[in-house]
Amino acid sequence: MVDEESLRVVRCGGSELNFRRAVFSADSKYIFCVSGDFVKVYSTATEECVHILHGHRNLVTGIQLNPNNHLQLYSCSFDGTIKLWDYTDGILIKTFTVGCKLHGLFTVSRSEDSVFVIINKEKPDIFQLVSVKLPKSSSQEIEAKELSIVLDYVNQSPKCIAFANEYVAAVRDFYLSVYFFKKKTTSRFTLSSSRNKKHSKNNFTCVACHPKEDCIASGHMDGKIRLWRNFNDDKKYTYTCLHWHHDMVMDLAFSVTGTSLLSGGRESVLVEWRDSTEKNKEFLPRLGATIEHISVSPAGDLFCTSHSDNKIIVIHRNLEASAVIQGLVKDRSIFTGLMIDPRTKALVLNGKPGHLQFYSLQSDKQLYNLDIIQQEYINDYGLIQIELTKAAFGCFGNWLATVEQRQEKETELELQMKLWLFSKKTQGFILNTKINMPHEDHITALCFCNAEKSEQPTLVTASKDGHFKVWILTDDSDIYKKAVGWTCDFVGSYHKYQATNCCFSEDGSLLAVSFEEIVTIWDSETWELRCTFCQRAGKIRHLCFGRLTCSKYLLGATENGILCCWNLLSCALEWSAKLNVRVMEPDPNSENIAAVSQSSVGSDLFIFKPSEPRPLYIQKNISREEVQWGVFVPRDVPESFTSEAYQWLNRSQFYFLTKSQSLLTFSTKSPEEKLTPTSKQLLAEESLPTTPFYFILGKHRQQQDEKSNETSENELVQLPLTENIPAINELLHTPAHVLPPASFLCSMFVNSLLLSIETKSAEEIPEDIDMEEEKESDDSDEENDFSEKIQDTNDPDLGEDIIHQLSKAEEKELRKFRKVDYSWIAAL
Amino acid sequence: MGEFKVHRVRFFNYVPSGIRCVAYNNQSNRLAVSRTDGTVEIYNLSANYFQEKFFPGHESRATEALCWAAGQRLFSAGLNGEIIEYDLQALNIKYAVDAFGGPIWSMTASPSGSQLLVGCEDGSVKLFQITPDKIQFERNFDRQKSRILSLSWHPSGTHIAAGSIDYINVFDVKSGSTIRKMIVDRQCMGVSKRKCIVWGVAFLSDGTIISADSSGKVQFWDSATGTLVKSHLIANADVHSIAVADQEDSFVVGTAEGTIFHFQLVPVTSNSNEKQWVRTKPFQHHTHDVRAVAHSPTALISGGTDTHLVIRPLMEKVEVKNYDAALRKITFPHRRLISCSKKRQLLLFQFAHHLELWRLGSTVATGKNGDTLPLSKNADHLLHLKTKGPENIICSSISPCGSWIAYSTASRFCLCRLNYEHDNISLKRVSKMPAFLRSALQILFSEDSTKLFVASNQGSLHILQLLEGSFKHLHAFQPLSGTVEAMCLLAVSPDGNWLAASGTSAGVHVYNIKQLKLHCTVPAYNFPVTALAIAPDTNNLVIAHSDQQVFEYSIPDKQYTEWSRAVQKQGFHYLWLQRDTPITHISFHPKRPMHILLHDAYMFCIIDKSLPLPSDKTLLYNPLPPMNESDVVRRRTAHAFKISKIYKPLLFLDLLDERTLVAVERPLDDIIAQLPPPIKKKKFGT
Repeated sequence: MVDEESLRVVRCGGSELNFRRAVFSADSKYIFCVSGDFVKVYSTATEECVHILHGHRNLVTGIQLNPNNHLQLYSCSFDGTIKLWDYTDGILIKTFTVGCKLHGLFTVSRSEDSVFVIINKEKPDIFQLVSVKLPKSSSQEIEAKELSIVLDYVNQSPKCIAFANEYVAAVRDFYLSVYFFKKKTTSRFTLSSSRNKKHSKNNFTCVACHPKEDCIASGHMDGKIRLWRNFNDDKKYTYTCLHWHHDMVMDLAFSVTGTSLLSGGRESVLVEWRDSTEKNKEFLPRLGATIEHISVSPAGDLFCTSHSDNKIIVIHRNLEASAVIQGLVKDRSIFTGLMIDPRTKALVLNGKPGHLQFYSLQSDKQLYNLDIIQQEYINDYGLIQIELTKAAFGCFGNWLATVEQRQEKETELELQMKLWLFSKKTQGFILNTKINMPHEDHITALCFCNAEKSEQPTLVTASKDGHFKVWILTDDSDIYKKAVGWTCDFVGSYHKYQATNCCFSEDGSLLAVSFEEIVTIWDSETWELRCTFCQRAGKIRHLCFGRLTCSKYLLGATENGILCCWNLLSCALEWSAKLNVRVMEPDPNSENIAAVSQSSVGSDLFIFKPSEPRPLYIQKNISREEVQWGVFVPRDVPESFTSEAYQWLNRSQFYFLTKSQSLLTFSTKSPEEKLTPTSKQLLAEESLPTTPFYFILGKHRQQQDEKSNETSENELVQLPLTENIPAINELLHTPAHVLPPASFLCSMFVNSLLLSIETKSAEEIPEDIDMEEEKESDDSDEENDFSEKIQDTNDPDLGEDIIHQLSKAEEKELRKFRKVDYSWIAAL
Repeated sequence: MGEFKVHRVRFFNYVPSGIRCVAYNNQSNRLAVSRTDGTVEIYNLSANYFQEKFFPGHESRATEALCWAAGQRLFSAGLNGEIIEYDLQALNIKYAVDAFGGPIWSMTASPSGSQLLVGCEDGSVKLFQITPDKIQFERNFDRQKSRILSLSWHPSGTHIAAGSIDYINVFDVKSGSTIRKMIVDRQCMGVSKRKCIVWGVAFLSDGTIISADSSGKVQFWDSATGTLVKSHLIANADVHSIAVADQEDSFVVGTAEGTIFHFQLVPVTSNSNEKQWVRTKPFQHHTHDVRAVAHSPTALISGGTDTHLVIRPLMEKVEVKNYDAALRKITFPHRRLISCSKKRQLLLFQFAHHLELWRLGSTVATGKNGDTLPLSKNADHLLHLKTKGPENIICSSISPCGSWIAYSTASRFCLCRLNYEHDNISLKRVSKMPAFLRSALQILFSEDSTKLFVASNQGSLHILQLLEGSFKHLHAFQPLSGTVEAMCLLAVSPDGNWLAASGTSAGVHVYNIKQLKLHCTVPAYNFPVTALAIAPDTNNLVIAHSDQQVFEYSIPDKQYTEWSRAVQKQGFHYLWLQRDTPITHISFHPKRPMHILLHDAYMFCIIDKSLPLPSDKTLLYNPLPPMNESDVVRRRTAHAFKISKIYKPLLFLDLLDERTLVAVERPLDDIIAQLPPPIKKKKFGT
């Protein structure tokens, strides 16, 4: 239970959909793709995620349909298991444990009881293709240890291995190896690898086998596609070249009948070679990003391409894109940081080049893309692009300010600031004002005054040119006085220092601008300099005001690793701590401030209130890598963690982005519970499509199961009251004409009510014990000092010891309280 | 090696003419190549692709078709409407027969080799019977509306495919009537052209007809039903030619874009007998139109407007790694086009229809090794001598003293006397040439310019005594009884006592000029002789063969010299033997008797007989040994072969005097610049 409750860093969506080739179901209705530790099932028609198959404990590295039963799906993962799924119901059927990291999975219809996987056993970069015999057994967990090597020293990527009925082709560096199953021999064909210009980029990049003929297509670094034939003769083998791509061929796929070959690469153009002839080709251009993978549906009616911007495009046989499944774009470096769109609660950050993406954390998909730069992106190495560097939301999401820049040479800076107004009519942002060269030099910070009382939208920009500028919205001398635009209202500076940060206080009355080492406080009414703080502890890297009860504090983190807290009333330093802060984010719903510090071993998270220098919570080693950005996301439904250490998570959730662009968050729940209610409902509806009768019965049975299963019961009770009782849900949501007889429903309805009363009664009894418990925990808190608290989190044994001191009976009681929903108190 | 002052001559404005037809003879492994000026060359593929024989061109005889028939008889047909048979022994034209059908566009010999078929401008297909000494017209096939551009026999000899404009005809040989007519699509890349010319057809034994046409398509037809089976669009321009391998498992086509495409018959799957034709590799060795292709068992041969003959080996067919495994590009003739007068520093350049005489420039400046010296006097174009008549010049020569020029065409021999009066030159033609001197294959002046040696195409050698303004016929060496082989190479000893002559296949004959009799015959060798020279003083005959062997034969002793035996015992360096162009000229240093100078198109070499021979482990192409190394090291690394690759393509190199060399180069770029522009192709990234 303690383990269950401990905070874990979890990946939250945004994982790569393009990591491996997507797989179509036999009827082309669904498309499967790997997504981190999960396999996602999407509908090809609606682009909706139908199921998430979870069960793997590490990255899923390969998926294939079961060739003997097309309603089943095999998946393999780094955790060393091959799992067989029933994808229509989202059920895990079997788990085969292989025991070593699996890098790719292949199935062949010919061999019924074995699959092929890529493993690396001995040395870290030597990969082997082995066949795994899957033993027939009725049990769920089966050991599959019968491995036999097919090809040694293969490429890690499954793109470099292709299976046909009689042989398997694998490419690596400059050679193609073909293993014939019948003859049990391997032929190897090597291309010239000399350094001269013509052959230097002969490397193989991918391979595909013709479904009908003995023909292997291989893609190369220089953009050539070679079609190998006659390869069962070591001497008389021959190949044809197809050359259109100017850069590396990323993936190849034959159509089901083999009449056409599909290829894609960095040009973002899908090329269809008909009859495998050079002159007869069709194109699907402007796909947006590099094509990473191509797959073909077994029915032959659909293709799909996976792109480097985490997107899957479903394409009709006639080369028309029909659906787009877009995940979080993680293509480039993030300049804007993480933001939350106040309207949609979507995460906003850099997306495609020149775009701002709105990403829904709940449904793990991109909501939309806002084209900021509005120029065609030319994909070429060495080209200096316009970068979207800053963005900020203001006035409850009504305004969006963006800054883009392009610097070709030291002295030639192109800078543009754009202000976007949210249009209710179109439900999107419309460009309102475009300001060329708002500053002479790079803009370092951008903030809106978000105070509720302020009637006039105000924006402050700070720049390296030593000025900060205040921009306000004024009417733009339109004869109808309807058009509005932004103009500069005030320019401030301080001793020609570079302005590095700016920040409004919560009520909007004060503006803090940091000039290198000095923090200046300005009155936002009159734009007078009120006071300055200077700690001489290095340049200010982060600056923020405290909130709510702590609004009298100003926090600043410097580059020399000092975190300072100033009291604005006394104009004095309240406290300072030595902490190398990388990310500092205030929680908009509480006084809490999150700071992530960077050390040589990893990043640590500190949650504190500005009023006291002792942190509320410390989590060491949240990530190996550098954490680049973080953000608090308000919760839709507040959680209720009783433990003081986790209370900071009650109203908001903290998300952070590491250098390798994985989006992480903290969770106490197991991953199964993290599913959002909507997708869960979908799951139920999908998995039980037969009759409503069965549906209700099934649900009923599930409830009974839940009684024994404490964790799921917990979840049931936690949900808000009436509307979450399934029986009532059923009653209300099922169409009348398919409802079972009322007599049946009645008993069920009463049953469900009975259940809830049970829990409620349990809720009321233990109030006084609850107090005790709190006291006890308080005691332990008092005993341990700040430093010890770190130890506590460092060393979970200690924490366990404390709890083990409690008697078992007490522990049981405690557990009950944890389950109790206190939200009804809030409702009072 | 010694230091030389080098005249680097680049004003030899020679442009070989484009290749029109290529015909491969499997029996003798020889390749016949005809050029647009009517020249026909025979290459011996077994002898390191040496150009053994050639027939000079003729302005009115533009060959359009070339074929081998009845074993090793070579026929050509051209736009003058004549069918010509060549005499491969005497190196002249045996006879010409008019086909009476207007210009002839195509010709092919029957699979048995006994019949010859020609396609004419007037749409007629004419069948000729090949008799042992002539060809005999047999009959006409059904006359078509437009010219017959391509012809192919079915391997059984019963049917013929004929490509015309817009359609392909299938004839029955027995009845001579059309049995199928297949219309070719005019569309080219969606654009309808006015005409679709079927440039090439090939009839396979399974009844498939492969056609190559002007809209860039290679199409497969079923002759039994007359239907199109498969179409490959391979070029945006014409596909000019097609050649099928004897096994019918691969064929090659040449396009106007300079690309040749290889098609192969490969099994669809490994365990089925079904086979399909697949376009496999494209080869881009030409810049201009590929007008002709041939398919030898081991190589694809192509030639075109850019004048190169390219032999691209098929690696899977080559058994051992030898000459056959290397790609070859033959651009220049394997014979001398330049002669040099050492005394007056004159160069005589031979072109197809004229001769040019140039005086070399001179300099007074001196410089370090490797410096380019400024000219104090530019090279002078002294003379431009045009021939009369439509025939090409076969050979030419200038006497060492510079006062005689001789040249010969197929029907005329011409000798001129040059008089130098300060800067003025006067030319006087010596008239009244005797009848037996109608044409010559090789002309050579003796070192003292008093004698002229002429190898005539009847196989005899004539010696003429040159007098001031006239000549006297001294002697004629008649060919040995029973042979009619023509002599192509001559060499005379500097003391004027010995004359060496070599034909295309038999050994080298050495004649004693003083006694006017045959002195000896050097033992015959398998490979043809490419260059001959007799060393001064020792009278050693140095012979280079097309397999890169060099022999030294002592004429007085009538045996190979010690050095030559030592070389043969040890063998040449493997890299020396792998060179692919023949040695075309041998000369000697007047002061260093141990040195032999020889060159081919890509290097010149001084063989120092006093130094040890290189073994296969040592570097053959050693650059100049570094000066800072001690003498010991230099001596240890030194070997007999001193090779320089500074000048290429090198057409001629000779010693003018002890310290001066003249090297004539002809850069390939200069040739390309003088050709018509190639078809413009979009190049990616430009």
